[in-house]
Amino acid sequence: MIDATPARDGQPSARRSKDLLYSEGFRAAAYQIALAAAVVFVGLFLYQNVVENLQRQNIATGFGFLREVSQFEIGETLINYSARDTYARALLVGLLNTLSVSAAGIVLATIIGFSVGIARVSNNWLLQRIATGYVEIVRNVPVILQVIFWAAVTRNLPAPRQALELWGLGFLSNRGLTFATPVADPAHGWMFLALVAGIALAGIGDRWARRHREATGKHVDMLWPSLAVVIGLPLVVWLAFGAPHLISFPERKGFSFVGGYTISPEFVALMTGISLYASGFIAEIVRAGIEATPKGQVEAARSIALRPRFIMRYVVLPQALRVIVPPLTSQYVSLIKNSSIAVVVGYPDLVNIGNTVMNQTGQAVEAIAVMMTVYLIISVVTSLLMNTYNRLVAIKER
Amino acid sequence: MTILKAVIRSVLAGVVAGALGASAAQANSGDTLAAVKARGEVLCGVHPARHGFAAPDSQGKWSGFEVDFCHAVAAAIFGDASKVRFVALSSQQRFPAIQSGEVDVLARNVTATLSRDTALGLNFSPPIFYTGTGFLVRKDDGITKVEDLDGAAICMAPGSTTERNVAQIFAARGMKYTPVVIENNKQLVDAYVTGRCDALTKDKAALPGVRAVDTENPADHVLLPGIYSKEPLAMAVRQGDDQWYDLIKWVVYATFNAEEMGVGQANVDEMKASTDPDVQTLLGVIGDNGTKLGVGNTWAYDIVKQVGNYKDIYMRHFGPDSPVALDRDQNVLWTEGGLLYGLPMQ
Repeated sequence: MIDATPARDGQPSARRSKDLLYSEGFRAAAYQIALAAAVVFVGLFLYQNVVENLQRQNIATGFGFLREVSQFEIGETLINYSARDTYARALLVGLLNTLSVSAAGIVLATIIGFSVGIARVSNNWLLQRIATGYVEIVRNVPVILQVIFWAAVTRNLPAPRQALELWGLGFLSNRGLTFATPVADPAHGWMFLALVAGIALAGIGDRWARRHREATGKHVDMLWPSLAVVIGLPLVVWLAFGAPHLISFPERKGFSFVGGYTISPEFVALMTGISLYASGFIAEIVRAGIEATPKGQVEAARSIALRPRFIMRYVVLPQALRVIVPPLTSQYVSLIKNSSIAVVVGYPDLVNIGNTVMNQTGQAVEAIAVMMTVYLIISVVTSLLMNTYNRLVAIKER
Repeated sequence: MTILKAVIRSVLAGVVAGALGASAAQANSGDTLAAVKARGEVLCGVHPARHGFAAPDSQGKWSGFEVDFCHAVAAAIFGDASKVRFVALSSQQRFPAIQSGEVDVLARNVTATLSRDTALGLNFSPPIFYTGTGFLVRKDDGITKVEDLDGAAICMAPGSTTERNVAQIFAARGMKYTPVVIENNKQLVDAYVTGRCDALTKDKAALPGVRAVDTENPADHVLLPGIYSKEPLAMAVRQGDDQWYDLIKWVVYATFNAEEMGVGQANVDEMKASTDPDVQTLLGVIGDNGTKLGVGNTWAYDIVKQVGNYKDIYMRHFGPDSPVALDRDQNVLWTEGGLLYGLPMQ
């Protein structure tokens, strides 16, 4: 050991550099740096090449176009927008539409996916077969065809003049689903707050019931108290504001309807298509998660005469979730990206509006860069949220 | 290790090829014509399916008004109108395709505008077709003029000049509408036909084709009278190659001038014997116009002989016998009160 010290070796520096060359840490770092440099170099080279060639061809470059007036209208907007607004605002409208159709799609896909996934492992023969058939159909047909199918279905609904009346509350036609909505009132904001407070209270109650059960072994059913507080609080607020009950009923006028709120056929077709497609995969993920829970766990729960509902909720699902959540994240992210199929059916999402912007300004590289960046941000944020959730449901090692 | 090396080599080759391809897209004077001659065919960007303008026929052969202008360019260069390769382009793909050099010339329902001329780095031939925004509506809706469309849902393609024109037409009249914007032409037409939209808007010249081919009963649909915007359709080339631009420009003028001189596909061989110096110059009997343009001296003769003059081309696709019959309106010679004015070919 002492012989190996560089001081007695005679060629200390050469030996040391040779050691360095063969050291695992140094090599790893060197490879990393070389790779990063290569990536940066290729990136810069491509960027330089694009800019140079665009300039040589006298094609406008840069992001200044975002501040120009768009001069086109958009069919569905969640914020105020007109043809006199800028391209940047038009893209924002598209982004919000992408987010709203994705959010609705994720909720729907999750509900259907979990229900079908649980049905897949059900002991009910018919239910299990139906669920299997459903999964095979929705996940084996390309998503774009499913969206086109639903677009055809919604377009072939009756025209506004022959619209289906929904018990006096709304209409279903090829212009979408139009339904009555309460006229805007200051009470609504407070009712929303009351709803949030109700949900929080129900959560606290649920937690108390669990502690109580763990301490005493006695189960307190919190379902009805929870429902009461979630529905009751907003109701009390509504009454306190003098029960404002003005409702805007849709009426046939001109080409379609006035009053109420309309969900466009394109939104319905796109949301249904992408969420049913995702629900097939989610169902399989849920089934895998449930089947990954050791049989002994369920048998043990049964042996102490736990009700089936409780077995699923307190024994199986908590263990299944840690298998379910990571792949579920991928499904959510791919659902968000699938929403760009909007282009095919005419829903004004980010890509649809980006296309128009690109074609009007001719700045394809910049417009695509904006779209790619936005999708990247949405997907990364979704992953981060899901990873946080995953950490919450993961089994705590004690 | 060898696999890794092969991968790295192919990636590097791809990067280098991409760089070269990008620089090849940059047009210097003379480059395009030389490249076309070396390739032996013209790459022409056309509409994937616009009846009358460009659509594959029942044998899969491209046919249409704009298709014939591509043939005219090939006839001028090679003396053989068939030496064209057609590239079908969506309205989004068309400008990147011409900018990147994927096609040599664009004859794809392109409206010539200032911003396209400048910001897109394009040059436009003289307009080959004058049209404007038109509306196709259902007869039993009782719509007779654009003012009746207040509150209507209107189907249109994304990014077209139509999208802006409709916004202006409605804003100018203080009216509202719901745009339904669909890129895929089949889905777009389907949305109108099934009743999702009250009106379909496109260039007016494109609507008779939709009515004749895509609707179940063409008589149930009407075109609103009047033209609500200027849509001069022209061929487009990249900026920077003046020789190529000149050639495209004069191919168009040759079709105008041939019609004006009464030289058509039917009589072009007899007209070769004409004593009129203008006709002789056009047909390359005297002068060296072809040489000046960098092509053979019989270039205009070949265009008229193999493709026809403007009238021949128009009547072939929009004549009274065609399924998409269209009046010539402004698309007649200046001598007859129209807008077609060929510059002198001296």
